[in-house]
Amino acid sequence: MRRCIPRRSGQVTEMSKRYRLRLLAGLSLGLVTWLAAGDDSARVQRLGHEMVCVCGCNQILLECNHVGCQYSDQMRAELTSAVDNGTGDNGILERFIEKYGTTVLAAPTNTGFNRLAWWMPYIALAAGIAGVLLTVRAWRARASRGSPRPGRNGSELDHYREQARRETAL
Amino acid sequence: MSSLGSFALLLALSLAAYCFLAGLWALSRRESGSELLVETARRAGIASFGMVALASAILVVAAFRNDFSIAYILHHSNRALPLPYKFAVLWSGQEGSLLFWSLLLSAYGLVLRLRYRTDERLFAYASTVIAAVQSFFLLLLNFAARPFAATPGQPGSDGNGLNPLLQYPEMVIHPPMLYLGYIGFTVPFAFALGALAMRYPGERWIHITRRWTMVTWAFLTCGIFLGAHWAYYVLGWGGYWGWDPVENASLLPWLTGTAFLHSVMMQEKRGMLKTWNMWLIFSTFLLAIFGTFLTRSGVVNSVHAFAQSSIGDWFVAFLAVTLAACIFFYAKNRAHLRSEHRLESLVSRESSFLFNNLVLLVACFAVLWGTLFPVISEWVEGHKVTVGPPFFNKVMVPIGLFLLFLTAVGPLLAWGKTSFSSLRQNFLWPASGAMAIGVLLVATPPAWGAPFGMRPWQHISYFYSLMAAMLGTLVVLTVISEFLRGGRVIAAKTARGLPLSMVQLARRNTRRYGGYIVHFGVALVFIGILGSALNRDAEKEMSFGDSLALGPYNLVCRSYTQEETPNYSANIAIMDVLRDGRQVDTLYPESRFYAATEQPQHVPAVRSTLREDLYVVYEGQNPETGRPIIKAHLNPLVSWIWIGILVMASGTILALVPNRVAAPAALAAKQGADAQMHPAPVGAGD
Repeated sequence: MRRCIPRRSGQVTEMSKRYRLRLLAGLSLGLVTWLAAGDDSARVQRLGHEMVCVCGCNQILLECNHVGCQYSDQMRAELTSAVDNGTGDNGILERFIEKYGTTVLAAPTNTGFNRLAWWMPYIALAAGIAGVLLTVRAWRARASRGSPRPGRNGSELDHYREQARRETAL
Repeated sequence: MSSLGSFALLLALSLAAYCFLAGLWALSRRESGSELLVETARRAGIASFGMVALASAILVVAAFRNDFSIAYILHHSNRALPLPYKFAVLWSGQEGSLLFWSLLLSAYGLVLRLRYRTDERLFAYASTVIAAVQSFFLLLLNFAARPFAATPGQPGSDGNGLNPLLQYPEMVIHPPMLYLGYIGFTVPFAFALGALAMRYPGERWIHITRRWTMVTWAFLTCGIFLGAHWAYYVLGWGGYWGWDPVENASLLPWLTGTAFLHSVMMQEKRGMLKTWNMWLIFSTFLLAIFGTFLTRSGVVNSVHAFAQSSIGDWFVAFLAVTLAACIFFYAKNRAHLRSEHRLESLVSRESSFLFNNLVLLVACFAVLWGTLFPVISEWVEGHKVTVGPPFFNKVMVPIGLFLLFLTAVGPLLAWGKTSFSSLRQNFLWPASGAMAIGVLLVATPPAWGAPFGMRPWQHISYFYSLMAAMLGTLVVLTVISEFLRGGRVIAAKTARGLPLSMVQLARRNTRRYGGYIVHFGVALVFIGILGSALNRDAEKEMSFGDSLALGPYNLVCRSYTQEETPNYSANIAIMDVLRDGRQVDTLYPESRFYAATEQPQHVPAVRSTLREDLYVVYEGQNPETGRPIIKAHLNPLVSWIWIGILVMASGTILALVPNRVAAPAALAAKQGADAQMHPAPVGAGD
């Protein structure tokens, strides 16, 4: 029994190792396949939302649902096929631009003159904030020059403001 | 009949032109006897409404009588069109919608001219400005877009039919609401320009126009959201807002109008921002006209736009003349618009209004910029680009979140100055509540379903959703805390229960508490929008008994059927909805084909709950296999948007109700027009 046990145990261990390796390999393969499939599907979703259908509806490619639309089915098929072939994102987008024109992209690229499209709202926001801060500063400066401040501290005034607010608002 | 309609429009133009010219002459001369001329101008303005109403009635009757000798009726109606949609014919095409626009403008003018005794001189100025706008639209109707133009040759036995997208009950309400909003801004614009032209003393014109502005804003808000609701239930792509140029055009005046509603309070309370407010209302009116120009000129591509026509040039000319008039009167009388008070502190109600205005205007600029960028790009680079949802979502979402933050913070700041201790006291428990919601949404497992189990580090859209949930909660809690605080004071004084005290509180200062309820609604809308980051969909060819799993639901195809009506034929899928193996609903998505227009149309079926919408579309049939294709969307929290808009509408209605006990600010406002503006007691009526 003593002899057998280690032998058996060794066999079991060996088998277990092989089994585990096979299982691991199988699982890894499955996982890679699943991940790859999942990745492809996610890429189709992502790229399909970066383009519009060119039928004139201006809808996102994957959301165009016109019955009998001449373009969306064909474009989706082309997209899926390009992703399946392993073409990179930029390659796919370039191919679509070549075929359907720049209007196929749902948003301007962040290059050249199109950068202005992305920057202008933020420039406007920054300019606006700066404008408000400068205005507030100028007003406060004029207010302090124009009328002497009462000799009360902030919390005291807050107390009165709160009291006035309660008594007048209700 | 068409001749009578054309004659009515010509007469309406003559009357409106007389109202404008006589008013202008009398008001600029100020001679004795000019009152009589002003009175004749007023009466001509009233009569112009009668003529436009007659022309509109004739067009609607022509639609009911299937009078295809009128080209407009031939192109937008047909015999089988259901009766309620015959009304919608009035605004379904270019010419009819301009007539409808004129009708509503004349109606606003009518109300204004009937209420002229409030302040005869100011109303005379406003009436003259409105008459100028009326004249422009009547010129269009008489010479550029004639609704009573005859059908060339022999009219056919049936018309081309109404666009299938417009054959939906909401379409009978949505355009009138939107137009009432667009056109309504003409009234505060007319008062503002009139007040500037006559150097009207004090802020009384703002008190007079406050209700007009709020009603107009409410109409525009409801119009925009009805449009979103219609898009969701009719267009069948599973969304409610696509950043289409026409949708954007409606948003532009809404954003500046919202900014005006806020900043005008600073003028009422503190005599500040007079120039700013004047230009805000000018901009709002100009943007409403600009939006109309966008949708009717063919400048930008949109599925919602009217047919391309030459009337764009007319609108450009009108915009240029209006802008020139605004600049002229501003340059002439700008000294009249000097502020009476200055800002004391950056942490104050005043500065929160400034930032609120800034964010709203930046949002307006971003929408306008994105809408026009394809045209600008074509000018500069020689080729068009598309500026669609990815651009707007990326730019507008952070701006919207900033605005939501200000919505939460602004109302809790005091006029003048707020100390840190006061801030801490006001924000402690709302901020704690918002943080708790954030922790709950992140800490819960994704298996609980959207919106639980958010992982903001996985994607920027999840981060934005989490922020929207937290800031939305902050707004809701700050509103609740304001009601509770005021309610407790009244309860202590009157010994009534807290709920009754809060009702009394709202009735005593309807504008302020109505505003809070509007903010509450805005927070609900944002919470609803945050769900869009968690949308899912699935598509499958389905035969009898096939099932499609999506989230917690399992859709099982029970059967297909067909329906034939004189107006359309439809293929209908009958889908059982199962949840946890138990049938919870049956949905009937349709695919219709309209005979007159020869256009297909999806009619989605939606199972709506507070948590999510199951949105099922009959996409059509696979031409190779002949099997129907079903697409299902799972859209979390969409119902919150519709609830939010109802809450916003309720808040606006409350704000329009007069105070039960007049607040000191309101009493001060009723003093004579010549009275100098005094700052109202802090917090009163705001």
